[in-house]
Amino acid sequence: MRPEVAEPAAGPQTDEEPLVSIRNLETYYSIRGNFADRLVGREAGVVRAVDGVSLDIRRGEVLGLVGESGSGKTTLGRTLLGLVRATGGSVEFEGREITGLRERRFRDLRRRMQVVFQDPHASLNPAMTIAQAVGHPLQIHGLVHDHAELRARVAEILETVGLAPAEAYLDKYPGDLSGGQKQRAVIARALILSPVLLVADEPVSMLDMSVRAKILELMLALKQDFELTYLYITHDLATARFFCDRIAIMYLGRIVEIGPAEAIYADPKHPYTQALLKAIPEPDPAKAVARDLPRGEVPDAASPPLGCPFHPRCPRAFEPCGWESRDLHDLLEMRWAGLAGDPRVEQEQRIVGDLAALDRPSSEVRFSPPRGRQPQEVVSLLERVRAEDPEEPFWRGVERLEAAGTHLALVFHEPREPRLEPVGDSEVACHLYDESAASG
Amino acid sequence: MRAVDGVTLDIGESEVVGLVGESGCGKSTLGRGILGLLPLGARADGEVLYGGRNLVMLPPKELRRLAGPDLGLVFQEPMTRLNPLLRISDHFRETLKQHEANLSDAEVKRRSLETLGRMGIPPTRFNQYPHEFSGGMRQRIMIALALVLRPKLLVADEPTTSLDVIVEGQILALLADLKRNFGTALLLITHNLGIVAEACDRMAVMYAGKIVEEGPVREVFAEPAHPYTRELLRSTISLETTELHSIPGSPPNLIDPPPGCRFHPRCPDAMRVCSLLEPIEQRLGEGRRVQCWLHGPQARIPADGELPLEREAIGVADEA
Repeated sequence: MRPEVAEPAAGPQTDEEPLVSIRNLETYYSIRGNFADRLVGREAGVVRAVDGVSLDIRRGEVLGLVGESGSGKTTLGRTLLGLVRATGGSVEFEGREITGLRERRFRDLRRRMQVVFQDPHASLNPAMTIAQAVGHPLQIHGLVHDHAELRARVAEILETVGLAPAEAYLDKYPGDLSGGQKQRAVIARALILSPVLLVADEPVSMLDMSVRAKILELMLALKQDFELTYLYITHDLATARFFCDRIAIMYLGRIVEIGPAEAIYADPKHPYTQALLKAIPEPDPAKAVARDLPRGEVPDAASPPLGCPFHPRCPRAFEPCGWESRDLHDLLEMRWAGLAGDPRVEQEQRIVGDLAALDRPSSEVRFSPPRGRQPQEVVSLLERVRAEDPEEPFWRGVERLEAAGTHLALVFHEPREPRLEPVGDSEVACHLYDESAASG
Repeated sequence: MRAVDGVTLDIGESEVVGLVGESGCGKSTLGRGILGLLPLGARADGEVLYGGRNLVMLPPKELRRLAGPDLGLVFQEPMTRLNPLLRISDHFRETLKQHEANLSDAEVKRRSLETLGRMGIPPTRFNQYPHEFSGGMRQRIMIALALVLRPKLLVADEPTTSLDVIVEGQILALLADLKRNFGTALLLITHNLGIVAEACDRMAVMYAGKIVEEGPVREVFAEPAHPYTRELLRSTISLETTELHSIPGSPPNLIDPPPGCRFHPRCPDAMRVCSLLEPIEQRLGEGRRVQCWLHGPQARIPADGELPLEREAIGVADEA
């Protein structure tokens, strides 16, 4: 059922101008601090939801934007639609810069770009009939002259999305429809203005397995009929496989891997992409093997890890990946969780003292043990921890660990941020594929 | 409305049983029914036998005494099930003291930290509030909170639905290890067959309030006996999927379910008998049963009953 792909999707080598061209896009949210902060206009920090993303969406392609919650994929889609303001960088749509456009100008543009959200139950106003809801965009943009024309246009688009006969649905309320039917109505509403770009943000993840395939097939058919371009935002690499020509994997606001769908599935390069693929439960008990999944979760985007944002969870992380103070905090906590009930936990906590000192991100830790404890005790403890699990990637990042006078000095290798570099048919931001980092 | 209609299901000690079906099939109602947690206005008949006692007939007070030390529940949304005003330590103290009032604070802490540790929550975070934890951590805490009383049976209702795929995998690994680490039996309610394949020993497939097929996971996946199970398997999208497939139509309204087999309007194999008579449960070997006329009994199928059922075509949009 995969659509014909007009051209291989690797690299920006085509002459045709892309439909959307995103360069170094930044969308930062400022965090509101407490009342006093707000009173004096002080900001408590920023969340870099989209942090320097560059990508093209070519005419007629389906680009998958894949990541976990907090990856910034939804914010990227919203920024593209002008629902959130970019704080930096540029977005060109049909050759025209659209960041910073005023809302009025954006409204005209939205006839060309539409969106389907995840939750069909929340996307339709329960007090509007299907005819009212689906026809609403035509009214907002003043594209119909009378009620009869409106109804006729709505009936036509409902039949197109499979809600046939349309008469049976026109005067129904969303509450009368099943989840799949509602999502069809939402798609109809998005298509009634004949857009060129459809941003689909998790369009099937709220639906039952038995109807997901039908909605995906509908969207593929509509793409052909309406010559649409899709940005398909999802956390699910299994559905993306059926749908996408190219795939971009996002993690903490950045693209970590982008390439043709075939390359991403056949030969994923970034350890994060590999983990996402490994994590999909396979409906075959004969194949269900123990999976070694990355530990932990997506960290707080308000203070992302140094270096590569994935390094704390990455099984293959090494010297340049950005090891730092907070990784030691996590290492000790996870050790103590694993030793729960063991008296060693309290002994070790007494030696190390308050871990809060490790919470300021730094690749050089000067750490004073609690009163009455010698720095050498902490050093010995850490050396013992290392001896118990020498394979732990954290230790690859440690350059120096020693007692120095009244404190302990822990120096990590200098963190380096990986950049997207061509690797095979894809582009990958990972030091494993970065010659200078790998040899250094 | 009969949300759960004449269901029989056994869960053995330390067994992991998956209960699958589409939304609205009654799987959550069944899970709650087992624990006696049905909403007001619900009426339950039949038996839920636990250690020889019928939970359905038990007075609410006695049932509450069992909830916790014997029967535990893990809900779908970890974000909303912890009290935001209570520390994690308070949640555990309250839970433990409810059932063992004489427990010392030191003992409360020891048992809590041990259970939390096995769920991967470090002891340094015992006194934090729920909002200081991520979604996956909160679900780990919820599971620990259910396990700290060492229940014999844990019902987990879509415990990973709102979590990211990697965290989902981590939580599934924890649940699949429950029997080894805690000797707890688990009823895992889910719509995702991948999760069943991964974590369960046995499975029951529910459709429109009835269990239509039950058996060991490997056997059911290798050779689904009920057409609904087969179609559900085919419509699951995974990395191995080579062709998109869906089940036509939608699950019936349970206020007025179709006569005969409730799946017959959507069933590609439907025969005349399927629209006339309710299927009779058939045993297909050890622990394996199915409710489908394809498996007989022959003697009860009327003449011409095996001819294909002629139906009106199902509209594209008559779907779930």
